Amino acid sequence: MLEIAAFSLLNGVVYGLMLFMLSSGLTLIFSLMGVLNFAHASFFMLGAYFSFQLGRWIGFWPALVLAPLACAVVGALVERFGLRRVHGQGHVAEILFTFGLSYVIGELVIMAWGRGPIENRVPAAIDFPLFTLMGTNYPFYKAMMMAISVGMFAFLWVAFRRTRVGLVIQAALTHPRMVGALGHDVPRLFVLVFAVGSGLAGLAGVIGGFALLTEPNMAVALGPIVFVVVVVGGLGSIPGAFIASMAIGIVQTFAVALDYSLADAFRAAGIAVAPGSALRELYAIKIAQAAPIIPYFLLVLMLIVRPRGIMGTRDQ
Amino acid sequence: MAEGALRLRGVHKSFGATAIIRGVSLDVAAGERHAIIGPNGAGKSTLFNLVSGRLAPTRGSILLDGAEIAGKRAYEVSRLGLARSFQVTNIFPRMSVFENIRASLFWPLGHRYDFWRDAARLADVNERAAHTLERIGLADRRDAMAGVLTYAEQRALEIGIAIAGGAGVILLDEPTAGMSRAETEKAVELIREVTRGRTLVMVEHDMGVVFGLADRVSVLVYGEIVATGTPANIRVNEAVQSAYLGSAAHA
Amino acid sequence: MSRAGRRLAVCAALLAALPWVPGLDGGFARSLLTQMGIAAIFAISYNLLLGQTGLLSFGHAVYFGLGGYAAIHLLRAVNAGLPLPLPLVPLAGLAAGLVAGIAIGAVATRRAGTIFALITLGVGELVHAASLMLPAFFGGEEGVTASRTRAPHLFGLDFGSQVQVYYVVAFWLVAAALAALAFMRTPVGRMCNAVRDNPERAEFIGYNPQRIRFIACSVAAALAGLAGGLHAINYEIVTSEAVGAARSGEVLLMVYIGGVHHFAGAILGAVAITWLQVSLSDYTSAWLLYLGLFFMAIILYAPGGLAGILARHAAIVRARAAGPVMLAYAFALPAALLMIAGSATLIEIAYRLSTRPEAGARMRLFWIPMNAATPWPWIGAALVALAGYLLLKRAAPRVRAAWDLASPAEAVRG
Repeated sequence: MLEIAAFSLLNGVVYGLMLFMLSSGLTLIFSLMGVLNFAHASFFMLGAYFSFQLGRWIGFWPALVLAPLACAVVGALVERFGLRRVHGQGHVAEILFTFGLSYVIGELVIMAWGRGPIENRVPAAIDFPLFTLMGTNYPFYKAMMMAISVGMFAFLWVAFRRTRVGLVIQAALTHPRMVGALGHDVPRLFVLVFAVGSGLAGLAGVIGGFALLTEPNMAVALGPIVFVVVVVGGLGSIPGAFIASMAIGIVQTFAVALDYSLADAFRAAGIAVAPGSALRELYAIKIAQAAPIIPYFLLVLMLIVRPRGIMGTRDQ
Repeated sequence: MAEGALRLRGVHKSFGATAIIRGVSLDVAAGERHAIIGPNGAGKSTLFNLVSGRLAPTRGSILLDGAEIAGKRAYEVSRLGLARSFQVTNIFPRMSVFENIRASLFWPLGHRYDFWRDAARLADVNERAAHTLERIGLADRRDAMAGVLTYAEQRALEIGIAIAGGAGVILLDEPTAGMSRAETEKAVELIREVTRGRTLVMVEHDMGVVFGLADRVSVLVYGEIVATGTPANIRVNEAVQSAYLGSAAHA
Repeated sequence: MSRAGRRLAVCAALLAALPWVPGLDGGFARSLLTQMGIAAIFAISYNLLLGQTGLLSFGHAVYFGLGGYAAIHLLRAVNAGLPLPLPLVPLAGLAAGLVAGIAIGAVATRRAGTIFALITLGVGELVHAASLMLPAFFGGEEGVTASRTRAPHLFGLDFGSQVQVYYVVAFWLVAAALAALAFMRTPVGRMCNAVRDNPERAEFIGYNPQRIRFIACSVAAALAGLAGGLHAINYEIVTSEAVGAARSGEVLLMVYIGGVHHFAGAILGAVAITWLQVSLSDYTSAWLLYLGLFFMAIILYAPGGLAGILARHAAIVRARAAGPVMLAYAFALPAALLMIAGSATLIEIAYRLSTRPEAGARMRLFWIPMNAATPWPWIGAALVALAGYLLLKRAAPRVRAAWDLASPAEAVRG
């Protein structure tokens, strides 16, 4: 029991950090450009596939660095030659462009790597247990994933606060037009931010590709959850995205491990459920089965109770 | 419909730590034509936003015919008989000119959330809309999409949307901004005619328009009213002069 | 008869005659026509939401699917003896869609724009996931089935044959189109357009934009549910894909490609995309890629969609100014075809290698046999595509200039 809790917590933290990496990139792009990047999870998927392919060609460690960079480059090209032309048409057109892009990237992945999952194995060098708790091993590579995530955030935090570009971006987050009027090249800034956001998604994909299955459906499976995270956290708020990511990551990981249902709870409390009850099916659903929809439940709940999210600003 | 008496008492508005409106008290009598002038950044548009419901005051009260409207939503204020136009043209670009005017008539004429009647068959709405179109001189552009009108035509439409519904109090935010001399004269005539018998509060920079139209003038400087009076009095008021000349020296 | 009445009669007559047109009178074609009809109703409902009220939804299939499930359960009851004629069964879909639209709309329409889109995405995922967890209503993996022939006969018809189902669909299509058009003409319908164009100004003329959006959402949901109900009786089975993200995305593509600003665009898009899905997927496994690229091209170069393209061309033809444009096309079109042919070849041989390796590398494209394992097809196709692209780049300014000449663009301000 305790070991399930401990491992679920650790796994939940890793998952939550991955979600945060995804949602922070999305929030960055949204806050600066007002574009909700529907293809964000597709860059996540690209990161996983790139790291697999580059790993095959030049080895695991270089791939770890180059795969996210490749995603950033793709993101920069997408913004520079595609999305830029749509900015003038309004937010709906921008969202739809990224929506179409998600289809296209998904299909290009199939075109290059086929429809089935690919063998994205962790190299033997890091596939050893970090520690053993009550008989179950905790793999080293997961701890490494955690370390990479935390390291990336630290780097970004410093980059934002200490560099000129970071300061300009911070200013542009709240006053994009003023920043443009002050002479900064806002279109160039857009390319940079979109690239950074996509690179973050790619890094999350490199990490996620090991923990999750690397297959063409990755983006579709994870995409909606990232959107839930940004809405629950409050659109445009990075601290909010952090809280929501960790919460959803941990809760969902715990839920998958719990094999109990409402029926079990009723039984334990001594409440009898009539055999012909229409909701009997509902009660019989185990928490583990319901785990996939927990984020969406949270979304609907949040929207009813507090529409602006945990830390969103009121006018969103 | 509202008789049109507007009263502001101690209205404050701050955005975070920045105070924009610092205690404005104003009485506008029913049927009066009142202009609000002041240097840029004085808070004139913010004041309009507070009265029309786009913003809620941090403190203070706004009374329309004795009823409190401070903090009410814009549509609630509109339903009580207060209409406004905007400094930056704020029309419905993908609807025809006629439809723009007609849309502003649905609620005042009681059609509310009617989703079973053909709007083209509602005689009252269509006649009033056509009539308003005539008054603002856009009858020949009736079926043009509002987004393709010229700037002056859009300004006229802007006023038309505000006055069509028969509101008792009309707020016009820089109605003649960007107009040539000839266009301005036409606009002033239009405004004078359509606001007959109604209360008009107008933000303006063009002194000619102010002195030609207004019964009384208030001067707003840094979120406070420094003077109120007839146009002639305001012209010679020392505080006003220093406010304008002073800010011109700093600009 | 009024002009509108005449138009209606013509459309109804056309619809009635379609299944008897030579070439369209086979079983496959009639089935396709039926599918198009259902898609058209679905698309009309989505146009009400996006084109008329400006609400982008990524979860519209929820209403379609729930309507389908409601209808199929009603049909099962009819199979068990309920004396309801088949053509009335889709009304259960309408009702279910309406109820769902009211329930979801009450929460979702509190916000507009981006957040509304995300809410619909989340609710869509929620319903889809729930559909796999509640087998009693949703039938689990196998879905829910019913029979459309075990129902009371109407005028001697048992609705077993495809053409009879087509007429049921055609009937409801006309009814739905009329209802949607009539709704847009009411004061609420007019305010939907106003809220789409300028929700803030709509407030200043006395309307609560949220209320308007809520009504639009409910009406759109009802029509989507109707489409779902027809889907149920056409296929006699409803599975969880009816509420899935793919179906939500599909109707969005249909309406946007068809033309989001025009009501007719929805129908055009439904017909085009249904046809593409059915026929293109026979020829190539890359059809979804082509669809996605086509969609992005529409966003970039023709945001008015197919209907917008047709309307603009019709305008210059009417004004007899089409000559220079056609001439410019004569240069641009071959270049575009070259580019498309070259790119398509690259895509096809790549797909063959990655998705159907068991079929071997030898294939026949554009009547040319080629071996995808050798470098020649790759190089050749890339060169053709590049040549086409370069020629197109040279021809494009000429096309633009010709258009400027033929119809001086009126900039939409405000």
